[in-house]
Amino acid sequence: MSTAQFDIQYIAHLARLQLTPDEEKKLGAQLGGILSYIEKLKALDVTGVEPTAHAMPMTNVTRPDAVRPSLPHNDALRNAPAKANGLFMVPKIVE
Amino acid sequence: MLNQLTISGLTGKLAKREVSAREAMQSCLDQIARVDGKIHAFISHNAADALVQADAADKEISGGTNHSQKPLLGIPVAVKDVLAVKNQPLNCGSKILGKFISPYDATVVEKLKAAGAIVFGRLNMDEFAMGSSTENSAFGLTRNPWDTTRIPGGSSGGSAAAVAADETIAALGSDTGGSIRQPAALCGCVGLKPTYGRVSRYGLVAFASSLDQIGPLTKDVRDAATMLGVIGGHDPRDSTSVPQPVPDYAANLTGGIKGLKLGLPKEYMIGGLDPEVKAAIDTAVKQFEKLGVEIVEISLPHTDYGVSVYYIIATAEASANLARFDGIRYGARVDGADPIELYNRTRGAGFGAEVKRRVILGTYVLSSGYYDAYYLRAQKVRTLIRNDFLQAFEKVDAIVTPTSPTAAFKIGEKSDDPLQMYLSDIFTISCNLAGICGISIPCGFTQNPKLPIGLQLLGRPFGEETLLKIAHAYESGTLWHEEKPAILSELNHSA
Repeated sequence: MSTAQFDIQYIAHLARLQLTPDEEKKLGAQLGGILSYIEKLKALDVTGVEPTAHAMPMTNVTRPDAVRPSLPHNDALRNAPAKANGLFMVPKIVE
Repeated sequence: MLNQLTISGLTGKLAKREVSAREAMQSCLDQIARVDGKIHAFISHNAADALVQADAADKEISGGTNHSQKPLLGIPVAVKDVLAVKNQPLNCGSKILGKFISPYDATVVEKLKAAGAIVFGRLNMDEFAMGSSTENSAFGLTRNPWDTTRIPGGSSGGSAAAVAADETIAALGSDTGGSIRQPAALCGCVGLKPTYGRVSRYGLVAFASSLDQIGPLTKDVRDAATMLGVIGGHDPRDSTSVPQPVPDYAANLTGGIKGLKLGLPKEYMIGGLDPEVKAAIDTAVKQFEKLGVEIVEISLPHTDYGVSVYYIIATAEASANLARFDGIRYGARVDGADPIELYNRTRGAGFGAEVKRRVILGTYVLSSGYYDAYYLRAQKVRTLIRNDFLQAFEKVDAIVTPTSPTAAFKIGEKSDDPLQMYLSDIFTISCNLAGICGISIPCGFTQNPKLPIGLQLLGRPFGEETLLKIAHAYESGTLWHEEKPAILSELNHSA
């Protein structure tokens, strides 16, 4: 759990988040501090402890496989920053 | 003045036709006009729409619909900007959603409307519910009505301030690590976080999906019980909502609490706890003893790990939940030559500093090579924390703690030190990790300046009935909840 390996540029890329050089520096330092604090978890013995993903575990919550009305097409497009022909407009993905 | 009433007070007057819903709503709107310039609890509100709803409520009342059928008929309820209300803006206190108008109602909003409430306003909040002071809003901060140089708490700071300042009769907030309870404590109102799964999260913009719950902020415990009865219940659209029947919380409030056992966790009365807060809690404990409650010292041994576990799990879940804000289907967009550049620029420009901090931290703890050491380990410690509570509830009916280690701090005091800000959540955070229910109620004030102090009660999973009963019994013997911030009379005289 070494914090020395905290590569903020790599993590920002994974998060699709553009940071200014100033932000990289400031955030890097703050996150280093937070990660040092979190190190205390290392001291605990968690052998044999099951992880908790959800406090109220429910299993196999399904609904019948039946067609139901969903959000109308126009409503779904209404907040789009760019749209045309009933589609969301995006920059070119493939050459 | 009508805006000063509670839900029970106002429904009484509406039922007797002493006042109209329009008069009540107008009274809230007038109060907003008087005080919100100073307090800024609201990002926005649509007065015309609110009055249309009020008129509709009046029509129903004169048509014979009563409050047994619709418990909130004619009652103004304001909502945190994180909840979807059809045809209203939805911004989550952020720039990244741009001019987003919600195409649908959250389940809780549907339920409020079905119960006759006037759902209005977009209450200010820390961006994407990330914060404890409402200083992280892209729309400016909210000020504590008790001292406008201080924060109201967060992330539901707008909700708490609006209730405390009588700008609304009641409000909805959301709580992931204390975001209802802490601002309620700091603003002197009641704030309830239901058991995880008690209230549907459909239409709540997700921050941390295994921790988030919607809950009421109100002027007294009875109102919180009434609100929970309306918004609670299983929802097939939220697969984490639990099919547990909703009892009549308001009807089961009274009746003594003699013989109940209250646990006092020894790890919570620590250094760092403000001496005035400690004194108020000690006095409250004596008050409980007078009511016939047995105080039992208990131990929650993993208390100290709560903040660490939370800031791994919550940020990890947040990094996944906020991936959808990519400028493609909704919100503000900063263009790029390719989608990746578009995402980078859109998110870089649209998210505030605290959100970026948490998204980066969350991405890191989930990343390859670090997942086991951080996220998986945190989930295991979460089990230990949950077990602490479940074991305690075998001995006691509820647990009593301070809600916050201090009263409201000054604006800007902790905003440069994120870790200090996180540590102020120490008493509220474990409740969300364990999934149990919790409520904060007023229990006193600091001396100079006069700032509210909150008492927190924690209850078993789906133990809200007992929790509300205990809270109500304490409130019935005290007058803290009836006090109002001085600024209200100052601003009313100058109006």
